[in-house]
Amino acid sequence: MAFDSFSAFIAMEGHGPYVWACYAVFAVLLVGLMVWSSRHHQAVMASCKRRYQQQENSTSARPKQAATFARVEVSQE
Amino acid sequence: MNADRRPALKPVSESVGPIAAMAAVFARDVRVAFRQRQDLLNPLLFFIMVVTLFPLGVSPEVAFLKQSGAGILWVAALLSVLLSLDHLFRHDFDDGTLEQLVLQPQPLFLLVLAKTAAHWVLTGLPLVLLAPVLGVMVHLDGNSIAILCLTLLIGTPVLSMIGAIGAALTLGLRSAGVLLSLLIIPLYIPVLIFGTGTVAAAAEGAPVGGYLALMGAFLVLAVTLSPFASAAALRISLSNS
Amino acid sequence: MWQFFHKLGSPKWFFGIATRFMPWLLAIGIILLLAGLVWGLAFAPKDYLQGNSYRIIFIHVPTAFLAQSIYIMMASAAVVTLVWRMKLADVFVKTVAPVGLVFTFLSLFTGAVWGKPTWGTWWVWDARLTSMLILLFLYGGAIALDRAINDEKSAARAVAVLVLVGVVNIPIIKYSVEWWNTLHQPATFKLTEKPSMPVEMWVPLLLSVLGLYLLFGWLACLRMKTEIVMREQKTRWVRELVMAGRG
Repeated sequence: MAFDSFSAFIAMEGHGPYVWACYAVFAVLLVGLMVWSSRHHQAVMASCKRRYQQQENSTSARPKQAATFARVEVSQE
Repeated sequence: MNADRRPALKPVSESVGPIAAMAAVFARDVRVAFRQRQDLLNPLLFFIMVVTLFPLGVSPEVAFLKQSGAGILWVAALLSVLLSLDHLFRHDFDDGTLEQLVLQPQPLFLLVLAKTAAHWVLTGLPLVLLAPVLGVMVHLDGNSIAILCLTLLIGTPVLSMIGAIGAALTLGLRSAGVLLSLLIIPLYIPVLIFGTGTVAAAAEGAPVGGYLALMGAFLVLAVTLSPFASAAALRISLSNS
Repeated sequence: MWQFFHKLGSPKWFFGIATRFMPWLLAIGIILLLAGLVWGLAFAPKDYLQGNSYRIIFIHVPTAFLAQSIYIMMASAAVVTLVWRMKLADVFVKTVAPVGLVFTFLSLFTGAVWGKPTWGTWWVWDARLTSMLILLFLYGGAIALDRAINDEKSAARAVAVLVLVGVVNIPIIKYSVEWWNTLHQPATFKLTEKPSMPVEMWVPLLLSVLGLYLLFGWLACLRMKTEIVMREQKTRWVRELVMAGRG
């Protein structure tokens, strides 16, 4: 340990604000980028899944539609 | 647009060599430009106006102008070239001449080189010729003005060459002008640094031969490499539209 | 060899490999980075010239290092895009550019903050800071061009040309900025790095560089996967993959 106490560790002999500001911005941006990317990925996957399910519903519903000309409610879920 | 006033590109048959084709493209571009004189004048007016802004906006003192005059002139010249780049391929793109150019049997990069050379003769060279007048207005001494003109003479073709890449890349895009500046300005920085640095070194009495040789190296590099990039970018932009 | 090359170009193959490796990249990356940073922050000895402010180096150097190597990687991928028209290379250039932008910004920011206690000012037109700033512009230009072109194939190839032009320019820019710097500034603003860094300093530095590199790998895989799913929506394998909830 290069420091005597925890408060000395925080203060860093007066350079604390600079050092900690850098580490904070670094952490926020890096973690933010990682979280944002993975959430974006999940959102894209979810929206694709929704679209595929929609397509499946509509293709399975279509023969009936052609035969009876009845309105088929397609679920928006 | 006054399409009838724009001479059509002469069909370049197989028998015409690349040099003749380049000459034809060059001559045509110059002729077209002289039929639309306003396009020729605009960058020059812009150049003068930007230089005028500095004494008005910062300080008209002789000491300040003497010190930063070369930088002001260089930045203004750089911006005027940037402003004129949008026209480099735009008209030909709009009326379909560019597609014909791409279809010519001669290598496209040579034709692009000719077009860029014409662009330099029409915008860069007038800027160089105008620079001494503005140099006097910002109180540069005779030696500095001579060196400044020399650096502009070597540097503005580099600006045209690099700019042609950006103009080709942004062809046919919305807000192409701003995008073009964003792409190209970082690439202009070395030329600007050496252009103004050479004048500064000359003002301190240092020998400038080496710097001028370096700028010449930039020019050679730009002339040899950038036509390939511009040609590739043109093909991409044309396939896009 | 060529078969391997073709496999490498196949998004499906990449998707599988990336999914398999990503947990490892993430875990080892986090461990290494945290180890490097904690070691650097708390245990490494203080620099005898700069005091504790030098501890910023443990994030400044990794981000600067990555910012530069990401651009080189993008340029290599750009060659692949232009020569072999490989889909994955397009995806790589497109998805990684914003990451490079963030790392470039971080290295600039940490450099500026480091400058305050060391040089007494937030910003100096130091050669290194200036060329990083220009690198930031280059990233910004690539991203802006990509966003401006609608057709994704043309966008990828246009960006590839731009990145290649940029990479040819980087050495010239670096050289000219250094020359300009010596012309305009007395050499007082030199970051005094001792020629031989003690082991307790460079080991944590190495750890954090490696950790950040692995995390970048994870980020790149993840973002590329997202882009692949968006582009290949209509293919059967993506459909099966998404419906099975894998990835």
